[in-house]
Amino acid sequence: MPQERFDAIVVGAGPAGNAAALTMAQGGLNVLQIERGEYSGSKNVQGAILYADALEKLIPDFSEDAPLERHVIEQRIWVMDDTSHTGMHYRSDDFNEQRPNRYTILRAQFDRWFSSKVREAGATLLCETTVTELVRDPKGRVIGVRTDREGEAILADVVVLAEGVNGLVGTRAGLRKELKPRTVALAVKEMHFLPQDALEARFNLSGDSGVVIEAMGTITKGMTGTGFLYTNRESISVGIGCIVADFARTGITPYALLDAFKRDPSIAPLLVGSQVKEYAAHLIPEGGYNAMPKIFGEGWVVAGDAAHLVNAVHREGSNLAMTSGRIAAETIIWLKRRGEECTARNLAKYRRRLKQSFVLKDMKKYRKIPDTLHNNPALLGLYPRLLSKAAQTWLRVDGKDKRAKESEIL
Amino acid sequence: MSAKKANGEAVPQKIEEKLYQNRYLVDAGRPHVRIREYAEPSAELRRLVNVCPAGCYAINEQGKVEVMPDGCMECGTCRVLTAESGDIEWNYPRGGYGVSFKFG
Ligand SMILES: Cc1cc2nc3c(=O)[nH]c(=O)nc-3n(C[C@H](O)[C@H](O)[C@H](O)COP(=O)(O)OP(=O)(O)OC[C@H]3O[C@@H](n4cnc5c(N)ncnc54)[C@H](O)[C@@H]3O)c2cc1C
Ligand code: SF4
Repeated sequence: MPQERFDAIVVGAGPAGNAAALTMAQGGLNVLQIERGEYSGSKNVQGAILYADALEKLIPDFSEDAPLERHVIEQRIWVMDDTSHTGMHYRSDDFNEQRPNRYTILRAQFDRWFSSKVREAGATLLCETTVTELVRDPKGRVIGVRTDREGEAILADVVVLAEGVNGLVGTRAGLRKELKPRTVALAVKEMHFLPQDALEARFNLSGDSGVVIEAMGTITKGMTGTGFLYTNRESISVGIGCIVADFARTGITPYALLDAFKRDPSIAPLLVGSQVKEYAAHLIPEGGYNAMPKIFGEGWVVAGDAAHLVNAVHREGSNLAMTSGRIAAETIIWLKRRGEECTARNLAKYRRRLKQSFVLKDMKKYRKIPDTLHNNPALLGLYPRLLSKAAQTWLRVDGKDKRAKESEIL
Repeated sequence: MSAKKANGEAVPQKIEEKLYQNRYLVDAGRPHVRIREYAEPSAELRRLVNVCPAGCYAINEQGKVEVMPDGCMECGTCRVLTAESGDIEWNYPRGGYGVSFKFG
């Protein structure tokens, strides 16, 4: 085979890589995308909530054929102790709109669909191929990749690293530091199937509407983390995640934590009678802005989880991935059109554009959160218990006068 | 297998039962996670017995930590926890091999 040189190589076919490859292919670039999984999505795990806005900017009419589960009309936030939950529920008919704001999805199926759009746009996708290293020229500039398939290096003007949280390629090339146990969370998740009508009755749903629950409190047994339960069309995604350093410190087994969460008296009735069809685990980069690596250099850019772009407070990641992938691609197209090279100096524009978008603005806004949570373990243990105790004291009618109850609570 | 983990916590459902639902293409004879030679298992290595979400690590009768990555979900937790101590050698499975999620 004659050595073909691509305008761009994209490593990974998750939301960041698919957004980047789609945008560049639509922009007329000759794009090669490499994915280690059997298909785009086969290695990927998410809760999963999809935020429409980021995808609309790539595929405006996506809701016509994307595999969407339910549009979210109700958000519950639960503070849990061992026997109770104190909830904030927000449900609005306003969310039953022409263009819903967010949906639940199943990543393996969604990514596969997204990937079909990338190929339709003209990008070449090579699956079942793991990128093993970056190729550099004598000056150190990245000029291509090597894979675990036999053959020569594949060359390109720029490499977009959208390899996810476990970004071995960039890390081993020294482009970023190794992840720290304190800056990543490990999440475990199960898929529980239920007949659609039973599920809808249980959550008071009709049509394609859905409910999502985010939970925190004693469910994480003193570790920094959260649990979740999302309704899909005929299944429920239930999972829990905590900082890896906390798992290491406590020695708590992730699947035992998940099983305890499932047995919680607030959760168990929602899952009763369901059939489990998959168990998954994945890391989430949760170190925030301060844990972000350098995101561009000579002949390379990095987007999505590999760039540590996750807003853990709002449980947003895929939208930051899609947006960073798109903006990286737009920067590359812009340089190409001007006949400029993908040097670090020119690619710095990617970071400047990202800074003007919600991506880096939000990352900056929450940059103190990881340390705050780490330094205030009471937030997830003592406070939920106090909240529950106060609610019980107030709600139980037991012959005690209300003033006495008030002073007991305060 | 006992139903108790090293910290005495009961394990309600066996991990094998959970993993049984998953789809894997095992690259026979080419494990993607290996433990480097050691005399005494480090604290980091011993922690993996509990922390690995797929229960791939176990302590054998000789008190040695072993890894059997057939059920590995490629999360990378063991890799991150031993990055400094260098206890393990971790690579992605060859393209196409390993776990293949139907739902994710
Ligand atoms: C349990 C859980 C719940 C979450 N919930 C939400 C949510 O509700 N909403 C939300 O927006 N975000 C959520 N997130 C975060 C979200 O999943 C990520 O932010 C998002 O997937 C990042 O996209 P990405 O493309 O950067 O990485 P990934 O989706 O991880 O994609 C990386 C891709 O690169 C491939 N790859 C890696 N290395 C190589 C290599 N060397 N060669 C070839 N291919 C390679 C991988 O196989 C993969 O397909 C959640 C995450 C988890 C784990
Ligand atoms: S990568 Fe994850 S699932 Fe695989 S052996 Fe390591 S900790 Fe276990």
